[in-house]
Amino acid sequence: MKILIPTPLRQYSDKQPAVEVKAATVGEALSGLVMRHPDLRRHLYTEEGKLRAFVNVYLNDEDVRYLQKEATQVRDSDTISIVPSIAGGR
Amino acid sequence: MLKISKSAYDFIRRHGEETYPHECCGVLLGQINGEGRVITSSVPCGNTRTDSPRNRYHIDPKELVRIQREGRDRNEDILGFYHSHPDHPARWSRTDLAEAHWFGCSYVITSVEKGKAVLTNSFLLDGTGEGDKHLDDERIEIAP
Ligand SMILES: [Zn+2]
Repeated sequence: MKILIPTPLRQYSDKQPAVEVKAATVGEALSGLVMRHPDLRRHLYTEEGKLRAFVNVYLNDEDVRYLQKEATQVRDSDTISIVPSIAGGR
Repeated sequence: MLKISKSAYDFIRRHGEETYPHECCGVLLGQINGEGRVITSSVPCGNTRTDSPRNRYHIDPKELVRIQREGRDRNEDILGFYHSHPDHPARWSRTDLAEAHWFGCSYVITSVEKGKAVLTNSFLLDGTGEGDKHLDDERIEIAP
């Protein structure tokens, strides 16, 4: 399956905009990603190993928080998108 | 330096006037080439902060996922974001910095006074992570 890397994190994925991984769940896919590109780990996870609150992980068009989180099953044809949140105010 | 097409520049300023007195927000896409970062399109987004739209904005990540995917199909990458400050200067706020996570991307802010767009400034998010991040002034060059 394919994982789309947002522009700010591509400096840690050898400039690749997308990474192919073999996985059965979202958690396995993300582990596969950080195994291949270890510098990504601290940008995606806290020191306690939890996904950072501002890092959104979508399986196709669904937020994995509202599916079965990292246990969500994936297929080869699926796409995971990583998008850090966008917010602010004056 | 952020290079932006005249049409995209006018578009984001007009968007701020349209949503006044609420904050507008959107995504800037383009390419990185020898000249730096060049914005070729801007995509308006809804502000999900309906609880406090005059001084807060938030883009639905679902919209971002779609914009990122569709941009990829057109060979455009997300290179920045824009929002407006209704009746407030075009400078980043503490909230803007705390909520900024797209390193190497531009955060463009337009001040809108009494419904009219005044200044548009851009700030580049720099640093190696959440601990040392900062927003730096950057020049905007408007391409014809
Ligand atoms: Zn702001």
